[in-house]
Amino acid sequence: MGIIKTVNLIFDYIRHDDETNTDEINHALRDVSLEIEEGSFVAILGHNGSGKSTFAKLMNGILLPTEGTVFVSGMNTNDENLLWDVRKTAGMVFQNPDNQIIGNVVEEDVGFGPENIGVPTEEIWERVDRSLKEVGMTAYRLQSPNKLSGGQKQRVAIAGVMAMRPRCIVLDEPTAMLDPNGRKEVIRTVRELNKQEGITVLLITHYMEEVIDADRVVVMDDGRVVMDGTPKAVFSQVEELKKYRLDVPQVTELAYELKKAGMPLPDGILTIGDLTDSLAAIL
Amino acid sequence: MAIELKNVNHIYGQGTIFEQYALKNVDLTIDDGEFIGLIGHTGSGKSTLIQHLNGLLKATEGDILYNGESIYREGYSLRDLRSHVGLVFQYPEHQLFEVDVFTDVCFGPKNLNLPDEEIKKRAAEALSMVGLDESFYKQSPFELSGGQKRRVAIAGVLAMKPEVLVLDEPTAGLDPRGRDEILGLVSDLHEKQGLTVVLVSHSMEDVARYVSRLVVMNHGEKVFDGTPREVFRHYRELEKIGLAAPQITYAVHALRERGIAVDEDIMTVEEARDALLALWKEKTC
Repeated sequence: MGIIKTVNLIFDYIRHDDETNTDEINHALRDVSLEIEEGSFVAILGHNGSGKSTFAKLMNGILLPTEGTVFVSGMNTNDENLLWDVRKTAGMVFQNPDNQIIGNVVEEDVGFGPENIGVPTEEIWERVDRSLKEVGMTAYRLQSPNKLSGGQKQRVAIAGVMAMRPRCIVLDEPTAMLDPNGRKEVIRTVRELNKQEGITVLLITHYMEEVIDADRVVVMDDGRVVMDGTPKAVFSQVEELKKYRLDVPQVTELAYELKKAGMPLPDGILTIGDLTDSLAAIL
Repeated sequence: MAIELKNVNHIYGQGTIFEQYALKNVDLTIDDGEFIGLIGHTGSGKSTLIQHLNGLLKATEGDILYNGESIYREGYSLRDLRSHVGLVFQYPEHQLFEVDVFTDVCFGPKNLNLPDEEIKKRAAEALSMVGLDESFYKQSPFELSGGQKRRVAIAGVLAMKPEVLVLDEPTAGLDPRGRDEILGLVSDLHEKQGLTVVLVSHSMEDVARYVSRLVVMNHGEKVFDGTPREVFRHYRELEKIGLAAPQITYAVHALRERGIAVDEDIMTVEEARDALLALWKEKTC
């Protein structure tokens, strides 16, 4: 079984109105069955309201399924006795860097998690050292998080999660509030954790450029998985992506337009290199 | 000319050890009816710059003229200036606070001491400009989608009837559809209502599509000022200051290096498509 497995997962947001005594039900997830392989880099795409953030929150028991089951490394998130182990296995990074940092000093912030689960002091420091090194923030360990840029704050937040020694990290739009440099920094860090430490990454985003190197892309719409495959396979379906109100990288769109006009180009052109190679062959 | 900045300097924490130049000798003229994109990486001074445009921050040195008159002249009404130059901050939806959408948009004009009827008329006009009809009036602003909230916040500024609209990263955090909605709206306001627009953005792709003039800031200084095409020619210099041209610009340069003769000034997908198709037709016919 993969590190994360969901079986017929359904989640409803229910809002109760006391005056009329009625419930307003919003179906956020409708029957999602997915299996994520350990060590893979999986991107989840979808517009706002497609259910991707709800899905993320179900991965480590912040939300519990209305129906269906989530298994994290074989543990059912519905089992209260396992909740702490679930959260140690799958760590979360959220969108707003300012909402996730609580320490006055970077190293204290990173040590907060392990301290809370009773890790011996010496080991806390070892973990802090290692996590800061993994995200490339060692030089800032004694600084105040207030003085960091958005991208640096997100890397500190990631280090905080890494200090819990998770096997999987779920990132819910970690770059949405960052500038282009901050975005690159965070994505590079996440990719390195995946490649070098073998951490499973579940990246939720709506920036297409961030997902072209993923092993697998899952597109969600209206609470369902509507596309699932390699970036090449998913991005070759430009019309369908547009239907789900998503963008494709500009070169992919250009290749698609050219192909539509009759030029003999292969499907799934994702990079400038792909495009120039294909065009140089025929022009 | 609507707004003229003359040798504007802004120093944060002057006289302390934290003294830092946020703006350095900025000269900038914003003409009536222009649609300007303001670009720079975080910390380049763009947010500081726009807060000078309606007098929220005062220049440490230099002068700012609105319609030819110095806003630093004694007795100049900054209050009036702020209703002429409307500023939409980053994440403006955080500033929504009223019980319903309509009341929230009324807040600005109410503070201008206008008669009740005029206030309501302005709010209704502003909401229709941002594409929110009467069915939204009584809704709580907190129950709308991100893109809708942002439109309500923009309507709040439009209800002041500004001549110049300054938006600080209005699309941050929105999904592609929300982004297209907001940019489409801003572009409509510029074309149909004749507003002068200053758009602060990180996205070169967006800027390339909409604005007619691009101002690039770095370390508090204005480093480029011209049409997007002119500015994107300096894509290598833009990279050095932490920015990038649209992906298409890079693709075009890569194609040229491979001996495919496309125009180096191409900056949108449509232009690239037309140019490449033309080349292909020549080749195959």
